[in-house]
Amino acid sequence: MLLLAIAALSVAGPPVGAVLGIDPDAIDLLHRLAAPSLMHPLGTDELGRDVLQRLLAGGRVSLTIGLAAAFAAAAIGTLVGLVAGYRGGWIDRVLMRTTDAIIALPLLPLLIVLAALDLQKLGVPAWLARSDDISLVRIVALAVLVGWTTAARLVRGAALVTRNRDFVRAARSLGAGVRHILWVHILPNVLAPLIVATTLSVGDVILLESVLSFLGLGIQPPLASWGTMLSNAQELITTAPLLALYPGVMIFLTVIACNLLGDALQQRLDRRAAVRA
Amino acid sequence: MIRFTAIRLLEIAAMLVLMSFVIYALIGLMPGDPIDLMRQADPHMTAADVARLKTVYGLNQPLLTRYLAWAGQALGGDLGYSRLFATPVWSALLPRLGNSLVLLGASFALAMMLALALGTAAARRPGSRLDGAINLLCFAGVSVPNFWLALVLILVFAAGLHWLPASGIATVGAGDLADRLRHLVLPVATLTLASAGGYTRYVRAAMREALAQDHIRTARAKGASEARIILHHALRSALIPVTTILALSFGGLVSGALVTETMFAYPGMGKLIFDAVMGNDYNLALAALLLATATTMLANLAADLAYGWLDPRVSYR
Repeated sequence: MLLLAIAALSVAGPPVGAVLGIDPDAIDLLHRLAAPSLMHPLGTDELGRDVLQRLLAGGRVSLTIGLAAAFAAAAIGTLVGLVAGYRGGWIDRVLMRTTDAIIALPLLPLLIVLAALDLQKLGVPAWLARSDDISLVRIVALAVLVGWTTAARLVRGAALVTRNRDFVRAARSLGAGVRHILWVHILPNVLAPLIVATTLSVGDVILLESVLSFLGLGIQPPLASWGTMLSNAQELITTAPLLALYPGVMIFLTVIACNLLGDALQQRLDRRAAVRA
Repeated sequence: MIRFTAIRLLEIAAMLVLMSFVIYALIGLMPGDPIDLMRQADPHMTAADVARLKTVYGLNQPLLTRYLAWAGQALGGDLGYSRLFATPVWSALLPRLGNSLVLLGASFALAMMLALALGTAAARRPGSRLDGAINLLCFAGVSVPNFWLALVLILVFAAGLHWLPASGIATVGAGDLADRLRHLVLPVATLTLASAGGYTRYVRAAMREALAQDHIRTARAKGASEARIILHHALRSALIPVTTILALSFGGLVSGALVTETMFAYPGMGKLIFDAVMGNDYNLALAALLLATATTMLANLAADLAYGWLDPRVSYR
């Protein structure tokens, strides 16, 4: 419910703001750090931007990233997991070693290196590497890079178990193709834990985004995200502590909503699933 | 057992070699190489100077050649010179590794004690009000952005109440033990609170499973005291799955330490890595990343070995 409310507000925020004539990026140097008022319900920040509007705009960015990365990671992980679990052999072994490594490594330090890469040196065209939205794509890519392993392991495990179940054998002896077996017989069996894992990972991605943005490596201005807002607010922590409070509370509420939703889904969908590893 | 350890150590070494190459290649892709920076700082440098410098430092060689040269030196114990600290990399690295281990060790121990206490309490009466409250607390701990938690703690305890110092590792000039401990309180609290939530959930799940087993019922029937049942019978079997999970959580702890150390300006490995990457200090960044990875993998191995010690049924092939 909370999640829906935040999402709805984030989507509805910009149009309403446009009607009222408030732009989240509009700078108003005469009204910096203003106290809450009717025009600016949560006051303004260090450049006179409306805090509520920026919170909602940031919410849109954070939620978009969270959803996009979680779904992309789930899709890639499912594909890899199906192949590895069904085929087995050396593909499976390589995959499991890789996921082991990704799960056990200290990821944030490595992600910082990746986030700091110069895209132009990687051969990305300059107009794209310098565009405003590239930081968004980059974050999603990083989140997928570390996030696909959960889904891959889940799906692999299920594929391994169902591969030799009678109904799959029956389908195989009836001449069903590999694609058909994977899609119709094996995938539905992992759907429940997969949905749970994806829901939980939305929260993880939002946390990751906020950390990277906070460190100055994530979303770049003029785009706002909760992480960048916190990063700006940190410098003003003694003069305007409330500025640091709002984005943090938003991140916290969103992530906890994702996690509680995932937990509820888990109890509803599959009671026997292990605690998230 | 010895064979298992040896194989794992070999794997770790292989992994480190692989990682060092990947990181070496990636770092070359970061914006601003040192020669460019020198050129910006000195308008008298000509293109010929740049070319000469690149030859001197071997930067015109192919990537693999440069990497092998670095690796050869590194194996000889020479990790190069840190530009940021103007000292050899080793002397920038070692004291910070010590600082980080203090921070990580203290947080891990505290988080684990908290998790064992809360997780056991919750598992004893599943579905009770206490269980629900602990569950909610866990979710809060998992969901709170740790840098924001740090910020709030600084606001309340350092800026607001002036109880504790907000940053650093010791007051300049007064470096006694009590002072160091006071500087540790907030970073350790941040890291503990951020990681205890997840641990508690694992402990609770493992405890519930353990308490449902037959030997617990037998112990109850025998009339063993509740404390003995929990501590002696249930905890021992619950610790086994918990250890596995913990083995995988060190990486997350190190990541958390990076944020926490940066927030509190605590001179540890995490902050060092961040500063080195941001400051284009290639030698330092590379060595620090590798050291952090090696530490994490050794901790994983230690947890694996502890697993075998806790559960005699496990055999290492």
